[in-house]
Parts: sequence; C-alpha cells; structure tokens
Amino acid sequence: MSKQALTRTLPLFTGVLFIALWYFANFLLSSERKFLLPQPHLILQAFHDQGPSLWSAALNTLRGAFLGFGLAVSGSFVVALILSLTPLVRASLYPYLMIMQMTPIIVIAPILILWAGPGLVSVTVITFLICFFPMVVNTTQGLISTDRNLVDLFRMCKATKRQEIFLLRVPAALPYFFTGLRIAATLAPIGAIVGDFYAGNSAGGQGGLGFLTIIYSSQFKMPALFATAVTSCALGFLFASAVIALSWLSMHKWHDSYSRADS
Amino acid sequence: MPPIVEFKQVEKRYGEGPVILDRISFTAERGDFIALIGPSGCGKSTILKLISGLSPLSGGSVAVDGMEPDNALEELAFVFQEPTLLPWLTVQKNVEVPLRLRSTRADRRSDLATKSLALVGLSERAGYYPRQLSGGQKMRVSIARALSLSPKILLLDEPFGALDEMTRDHLNEELLAIREQKAWTAFFVTHSVAEAVFLSNRIFVLSANPGRLHREVAVDLPYPRTEETRQSARYQSLVAEVSKLLRSVERNQL
Repeated sequence: MSKQALTRTLPLFTGVLFIALWYFANFLLSSERKFLLPQPHLILQAFHDQGPSLWSAALNTLRGAFLGFGLAVSGSFVVALILSLTPLVRASLYPYLMIMQMTPIIVIAPILILWAGPGLVSVTVITFLICFFPMVVNTTQGLISTDRNLVDLFRMCKATKRQEIFLLRVPAALPYFFTGLRIAATLAPIGAIVGDFYAGNSAGGQGGLGFLTIIYSSQFKMPALFATAVTSCALGFLFASAVIALSWLSMHKWHDSYSRADS
Repeated sequence: MPPIVEFKQVEKRYGEGPVILDRISFTAERGDFIALIGPSGCGKSTILKLISGLSPLSGGSVAVDGMEPDNALEELAFVFQEPTLLPWLTVQKNVEVPLRLRSTRADRRSDLATKSLALVGLSERAGYYPRQLSGGQKMRVSIARALSLSPKILLLDEPFGALDEMTRDHLNEELLAIREQKAWTAFFVTHSVAEAVFLSNRIFVLSANPGRLHREVAVDLPYPRTEETRQSARYQSLVAEVSKLLRSVERNQL
C-alpha cells in the first residue's frame, strides 16, 4: 500500500479500533454500571430519539457562539488598532484586559445573568469574553511587529497614517490575526455551551446544548448526554474548519506556512 | 546648482548614547557613486538614514539638492539590506507600492513598474509572489521598486551582503548597466572592498568609535566596468590600497 493510501485509510482503522475498544470496555463493566458507558449504537439511537431537541439546541448554541465570536473578532480588531498606536496606550489598557481574562468565567456568569437575564444576550457576552482576549493579544502583536524597514519605506514615501495602517500593518498582521482567530474559533462553541450551562433558558425555545446537558444529566440519560457531547464537538469542528478555510483563502498564495515541503 | 548632497560638521548620537558620527563633512556631486566602507558600528548606515531624513541630526547640517532632507524625499529611493518586499503582494504590485503612496495614477504606475521590472530583467516574474523568488531575484525587485521612482539619489544599504559571491558580482554588473541608462547619484554601504572598488568612483573609508571620515579614495577606473575590469592591474592595486586602509582603521580601533 502506498504511503498516501495508508495516510488516508489509517484514521478509518483507528476509528474502527476505537469503537471496538469501546464495546469491549462496556463488556467489562458490571451490568449495574454499564449505563455509565453507553454502547455506540445506543448513542446513535439517542441521536434519533432526541434529534429535534439536539438540533434546536445546537442551533441556539451556534447562534450564541457566532454572535459572541463575531463581536469578539470585530471588537478585538478595533481595540488592537488602538493598542498598536503607542506603547503608552498599551501600558494604560493592558492591565485591564488582563483583569478581564484572569477573572474566571464561572464567576462572571452569575453577574451577567443578573444584569442581562438568562438567554441569548448572556450567552453571547460570555462567548465574547472568552474569545476576545486571544484575539486582541495576537492582533496587537501582529500590528506592532511590522518590519521596521517597510515602515521606513512607507514614511520615506510620505504615506499617511491611514495608508501605513491599512496597506502595511493590517496585512502584515494577518498571520497573527489568524492565529488568534483559530484559538478563538475553538473557544467560541465552548464559551457558548458554558454560557448555556449557566445562562441558558428553555423559555421560548432558547435553550442550547449546555442547557440540554443539565436536563439530560438530571434525568440520567447517558446516551443522550454522549450525543450532546458529540454534537458540541461537531460545532467546534465547524468553527475551526471555517477559520482554517478562511485562513487558507487569505494567505495560501503568499505565506510561507502554506508552502509545500517539496516546493 | 547646489551639490546633490552636502554634509557639514555632521554629528549624530542616539539619545544620551555615545557619538555615532563625529564632525563628518563631504560634498557629493551629481552622478557620483560613493561607496561607504568601514568597520561595524562606524555609522555607514546612519549616513544613509541622515540623507533620507529617517533619522534626525544631533549637530551640523545636511543638505540634499539644496534642501532639508525632509523636503527632498521625492528625490530619494532606498534599497535596504533585506529585500523588504510585501509578501502578500505580487512582484508587480510590490514595485508599484511607492508610486501608489505618492498618488501616481494607476495606469501610470503600472507602466512605470513594468519598465522598472524590465530594467532588472524580471518582466516574466511580475505575477509571482516574493516567496516564489530566489534571494537575488528578490533583491532585484527591491532595486526595481526603488528605480520606479526615478530617483536622483539612490541609497543602498549593503543590498547584496546576504548573497553568494557569484550572484553579488552579477548584480554589481547589472547595477552599473542600469546606471548607464539613468545616471542617479548613489551611496552604497558595503563590507566588501572588491565591491566598493568595482562600483564606485569615490570610496569613503570610515573609522569607528566615534564614526569619522578617515580617508577618501578616488577610483579612477573608467566606466562601463565589466568582468575585465576585475582583472586589471589598477583594480587590483586599488583593492589592495583600500584593504590596507581598512586594516589600519581596524587596528587603530583595537
């Protein structure tokens, strides 16, 4: 078998092996403990049985994740631009950004619920808070790391500050921006689910996957809990894949990270 | 007509640090090709930065075509030690960048960039991205970018220092060939005595700590210069003379 074919088929074999091991682990458990590790076909069955609830919850989580992520991306870009202006601005604002990042979200969540009430707004704000920091730190670093000689070249050509920012610093910061974006993309669904967990609201059909987790765990519906976990994971993949695709579209022609080893 | 560049008792220090340049005075005439050579830290690159207005003076005066350097930016172009290309732009767009910043019309800048690329023999690479080019080709694009501005003065800060000797020799010959067509004044920083003698008609040997103009050597080799120039006895004796000067400067420094 060629190396390429092996690379393609190996993950499939690993998957089959993993499922087999899962069944085997279930087989080893005593009958009264088997419910702790439901067999894969029972999880599939839960997908079928709980399909509408899972789908609706996933959409609600997706909405919160997307809104929080979008706000974090646009907000962090503006803040990073301000931070990149002078070291003085950075020194003035960085400690407060650190405070925002250091405060655990499980402490902030109840405060937010009291302020905004349970539901989409709180979930969005929690997602925003989780995604914002890595975005702003990476983008700022990119904006202030522009090649000194290129900045000199722009100044020698009497470039305006606006030209220096948008024709030079912003495109030069793209690799850093996408590093932040990748981190934020994996955090966004997690943030939304954590948000749901604390601030989810089933009234009006706004409950997300986090809220569903509370319901299923209180009912000891283990297969449905596993199905919720798989759905959450799929949401994470969706976000990460979208960002990876966007990064490829923006940089594959010119950035060294996309050059093939043999080119 | 004023001299193209005039330094009078120029002093430079960064903040409260040591003196980098100490009372440097010289006059460059139009069409001069001046090589700046000396030990590390003697202020060669600082002289280019003072001409280009990128760095403020600490004392004395600099005049570029009779003007303050800040007012003479349109007469200058800079070629850095690294190619300093914008990796997200194609070769053509890279060459157009300074023209775009100087608000040149789109059709005109495209035309000027095309001509500049033809001058350095890279017309066929116009649509490439910098990462698809070799080190020598990238440096040629950097030179094309500078030439697209039709400068009166070209400032070159050790542009071929990172290239292998063969590529460097080849680019030296190309640079002089281009200059035959557009006679700009050049200030060329280098660590290579052979390169300085091959390219220039005047060599400024600088000493360090603080940077002073130790000696000027007139290079009386006729232009155009070719591979045969490197074989000539006069070229060899000039290389030997400048090397000796450089060694004495470095010995004094120790």
